[in-house]
Amino acid sequence: MTEIITPPIKSSIGRTVRTEEMLLNMGPQHPSMHGVLRLELVIDGEIVVDVVPQIGYLHRCFEKHAESMTNYQQVVPYVDRMDYCAAMNMDFGYVIAVEKLLGIKVPERVEYIRVIMAELQRIASHLIAAGTYGLDIGAWTPFLYMFRDRERILDLYEMTCGARLLYNYMWVGGVSHDLPPGFIDKAKDFCKYFRPKIEEYNNLLSFNEIFIKRTANVGVLPADVAIAYGVSGPVLRGSGVNFDLRRDDLYSIYNRFEWEPQIGKGEMGTVGDCWDRYIVRIREMEQSINIVEQALNQIPDGDVASAIPKRIRPNPGDVYARTESARGELGFYVVSDGSGKPFRVKGRSPCFVHLSVLPEISRGSMIADMIAIAGSLDIVLGEVDR
Amino acid sequence: MGLLDKQFNNSNVIITSMDNLLNWARLSSMWPMQFGLACCAIEMMATGASHYDLDRFGIFFRASPRQTDVMIVAGTVTLKMATRIKKLYDQMAEPRYVLSMGSCANCGGPYWEHGYHVLKGVDRVIPVDVYVPGCPPRPEALLEGIMKLQEKIRSESLVKKTA
Repeated sequence: MTEIITPPIKSSIGRTVRTEEMLLNMGPQHPSMHGVLRLELVIDGEIVVDVVPQIGYLHRCFEKHAESMTNYQQVVPYVDRMDYCAAMNMDFGYVIAVEKLLGIKVPERVEYIRVIMAELQRIASHLIAAGTYGLDIGAWTPFLYMFRDRERILDLYEMTCGARLLYNYMWVGGVSHDLPPGFIDKAKDFCKYFRPKIEEYNNLLSFNEIFIKRTANVGVLPADVAIAYGVSGPVLRGSGVNFDLRRDDLYSIYNRFEWEPQIGKGEMGTVGDCWDRYIVRIREMEQSINIVEQALNQIPDGDVASAIPKRIRPNPGDVYARTESARGELGFYVVSDGSGKPFRVKGRSPCFVHLSVLPEISRGSMIADMIAIAGSLDIVLGEVDR
Repeated sequence: MGLLDKQFNNSNVIITSMDNLLNWARLSSMWPMQFGLACCAIEMMATGASHYDLDRFGIFFRASPRQTDVMIVAGTVTLKMATRIKKLYDQMAEPRYVLSMGSCANCGGPYWEHGYHVLKGVDRVIPVDVYVPGCPPRPEALLEGIMKLQEKIRSESLVKKTA
């Protein structure tokens, strides 16, 4: 970082005032940082001149653990803990990679269960993202409303696999438990309950004048910059790029449902501003509810454990599988050396990429907008640092 | 803990009444630091939100360590973070308490063996009052831990304990 000393300026009272840039640390303990992230801000008065994100406060040695476990299945709990807001989506990405490596096909019922779980998790994750985003900007009530509804999703998970946050539910070749009796009715009830709530969030937060003033035209990420940085997920779609891996690089059974990827249209300001990224998440929840409802109606009977291999021993080789997690393109690169445990597992994290675009979009903004920009990217530090 | 704590040799009616008053005040308004490290922080947020509602215990999250009484260490403490946690603990005003939430903060959790960058227990850098097990602990478990901490505060006294 080069220190730029600006020449002294004449103030209105006639004296010369020397201005200089200041270095300000934001985090790791900051109420509005999502996790333990430190931002080194170079500020000129209230204007942000440069931002350098400092990461590594939550480096939990994922790759070391992946190659130290005794088999492929044991990696799943660590995958859970990478993105703890959307653990099901992480499981989904990993098991798809290993199944691709093994070349096995899972039963129909498992596919449907996985899609239902992943989409419910997407809703839960977006609820955290939108709720804490409101909290960052100063709206306390939406956070309470969204966590109230998130608890209902967690209840569904709890009756399925017993865990609230980190599930270890999706196994290579299947799932750990079949859906319990009564799950489908309860999930349908939830869909019916949740649909009107989105309207409630919109009234409370999305179309709130203060919220729009804080987020519209702030942190604009143009589509070409987003693509150049490799941004994905709701952040990319917020910039108006219609790209969703569930549709464009089909995995699992997403082609059997009717749904539309949501994109930012710049309704309140410029395309790709913070409000667009936020509203894409809210609208995605509605689409996820659509998918869940269709999947609940179509789900066939069957055995969920039939394809779970007794011993996982893939042939030597490597594979890259990518899925659309709640935050964007989640890729797993798994290398096998023919033994019973992975030689290497590398996670391609969407949040890491989103963090790299942060300096690009926050230069020149006000210091108070930094919170709005960082929150709209929806960063989970467990996934950035791994 | 505090200026008066353990300064008196004998207990009498004034001292014990003072004890009761101070302990009651401390345990009914424990303000934790708004500070999450990892997965457990999400459960901590869920505990603080509408369904489990920490407010009924007089618990409000405060942003600055200077205003807080309790530090809930929610999540994996890495080596890079450990020095910061020590610093935050030092910035808190006495009397201060630490609640270690989750296996990672207790002993390293799932990262105990191969986690080369994970501190095996936050009690290696700061003293811990209550340990809450679980990975992550359920909100009920966190509430239990908070009630245990209240019990501990309730039994504190201004009288110097004789061995």
